[in-house]
Amino acid sequence: MATADTPLLELRGVSKAFGAVQALYRVDFEVRHGEVMALVGDNGAGKTTLIKSVAGIYPFDEGEVRFDGEPVDIHGPRDAAKLGIEVVYQDLALADNLDVVANMFLGRERTRTGLVLDESSMERSARETLDSLSVTTLRSVRQAVAGLSGGQRQAVAVAKSVMWESKLVILDEPTAALGVAQTRQVLDLVRRLAEHDLGVVIISHNLHDVFEAADRITVLRLGQRVAQLRRSETTQQEVVHAITAGTLDHIPGMEDAEVAEA
Amino acid sequence: MTERDVGLDPTASAVADSLPPAPPQGEEGASQETLTGFAHRWWQGIRAGELGSLPIVVGLAVIVVVFGLLDDTFLTERNFTNLLLQMAAIATIAIGVVFVLLIGEIDLSVAFVSAVGGVVMTLLLRPDDPGWPWWLAIVAALLCTTAIGFVQALVITKAGVPSFVVTLAGLLIWSGVVLILTTQASSVGTIRIQDSTVIGIANDFLPEVWGWIVGGVAVIGYALSQLYTARSRRASGLYGKPLSLIVLQIVGLAVVTFAAVWYCNKDRGVPAAILILLVFLVFWSFIASRTRFGRHVYAVGGSAEASRRAGINVDRVRIAVFMISGFMAGVGGIMLASRLRSVATNTGGGNLLLLVIAAAVIGGTSLFGGVGRVVSALLGALVIASIQNGMDLLGLASGTKFVITGLVLLGAVLVDAYAKRRRAARGVV
Repeated sequence: MATADTPLLELRGVSKAFGAVQALYRVDFEVRHGEVMALVGDNGAGKTTLIKSVAGIYPFDEGEVRFDGEPVDIHGPRDAAKLGIEVVYQDLALADNLDVVANMFLGRERTRTGLVLDESSMERSARETLDSLSVTTLRSVRQAVAGLSGGQRQAVAVAKSVMWESKLVILDEPTAALGVAQTRQVLDLVRRLAEHDLGVVIISHNLHDVFEAADRITVLRLGQRVAQLRRSETTQQEVVHAITAGTLDHIPGMEDAEVAEA
Repeated sequence: MTERDVGLDPTASAVADSLPPAPPQGEEGASQETLTGFAHRWWQGIRAGELGSLPIVVGLAVIVVVFGLLDDTFLTERNFTNLLLQMAAIATIAIGVVFVLLIGEIDLSVAFVSAVGGVVMTLLLRPDDPGWPWWLAIVAALLCTTAIGFVQALVITKAGVPSFVVTLAGLLIWSGVVLILTTQASSVGTIRIQDSTVIGIANDFLPEVWGWIVGGVAVIGYALSQLYTARSRRASGLYGKPLSLIVLQIVGLAVVTFAAVWYCNKDRGVPAAILILLVFLVFWSFIASRTRFGRHVYAVGGSAEASRRAGINVDRVRIAVFMISGFMAGVGGIMLASRLRSVATNTGGGNLLLLVIAAAVIGGTSLFGGVGRVVSALLGALVIASIQNGMDLLGLASGTKFVITGLVLLGAVLVDAYAKRRRAARGVV
């Protein structure tokens, strides 16, 4: 049963290997309702593999996935979407030639009598969603996405992800290409998602951003979880130390040696 | 592209097309806007590379002035009707090409696919063998060309071969098929059409009254759809075009339409082929701008990856688009066969492919995908047909005609590339 304490998403001992490369090894991970969980780690630590598996791009090899307390199997992006998991990838996946409304409803357009696009209704909903997230920088929702700044595009991509009664929004490097003011806006947006009681996972290389937006921080190193920290109880030095020198339970490439010892 | 109007007429829809695509939202409740505000933003859009149909209007004006001065017959009612007849088939085939360009692909086979359509119909119509009724022969021909589009699209999507190569192979294959079919059926390679209904497609004219009725229905239909959109947007508190602008557009369309009908009626009347073209134009404009499928066509052209992630079946959209291209090529091929009252070994050859693709591009459909409107097929075909017609009247050598047509196409592509760069310079695209 889902109670107030039940994590929204809970991974227990998940692993994923690509051939000989162990991308994830028995990782535990959780996000709660209304919480921003940062996922940090060096390149190749397994961050992207983790979220792609949650999003259904490729399944975990082993381990348990619970969503709202229930064990679930995610076998494709559609399964993830059905559960209410939305991923905003780094390259955003917007169609530049379409306007903001068309992009937010892409693939899920509303129609009247099943045939004619219901533009008025879609435009209203798009504006309501943007307003509820206090996205005020857009000149017009009928503007082609091509004409938007990086921050505005990120805002559109995020707003798109929350339109569909989503419960968990995963953001991959949302501030990577943004300037100072726009980073500020996107981080505010991330906080507002959590205020709407959504679970948010944010991947970032920028610890400053992480400390600004996250409630908790999960550190991955070489495919293993080396730390799970509360932002209020940790420091950037501690996180950096975990990223670069966190203690591993399992030394990659040592399996054979261990077997030989035993 | 969400507020596209179903344009029925070159000039009036050119006005509609030149509207700024993105009116600013303004504050809550600012649902009314002035005409001057619109004009101002339209001009800003032009400067930013959102040219819309402006190049077409300018081009047509230049053509009318130049050929009007060079040749006395160019502006006569007789020649105007001829010009419309020449344009009808080009525009019809170009509608399919617009769809293909919208998804960022190309179909080089359309000219010979259209010839296959014309030949199949003509063969089936031969009085003694097999002597099919006209409607059955037409349906069979259209099924053939649509199936060709389907097969080519299957190779493109499933084997991942670029459409450029697949349809280039198609160009050769279908030209060969046309040659085989026509030489087998007749030793001289020419097969005449004897069915009067089929001949009538491109050789009959509407009676005077019917010309006025068709024009009236077109204008009233356009007006109703505009007013309905404006009302429903206003009712839900959304921004709408100023009423004065809508009235101006409707009046503009009415003036041009009725002037054209009047001019045609001074000669033999409105060509029946134009009525067929208009029906397809309205239908495909509706599909492209008002339906979910149309939205997906634009999305695939803008970003196939974004479309795929949004759950759109990109391959299915591509296949459907190539089938539309095949179907419309078939319709155009039937018109061409009807106009010449025969098919021959050289049907679909010559510069037909060039004219059709040029029409789509000159009409404002971008070769880069995702940008353009169905009505651009009509606008571009009008330009192309006018140039061809004018050069014919001047009696230019065919070498000269090729060179000039090629230069016009090059000019249109340069305008497209220039506009894209202007947009890019603004951080757009």
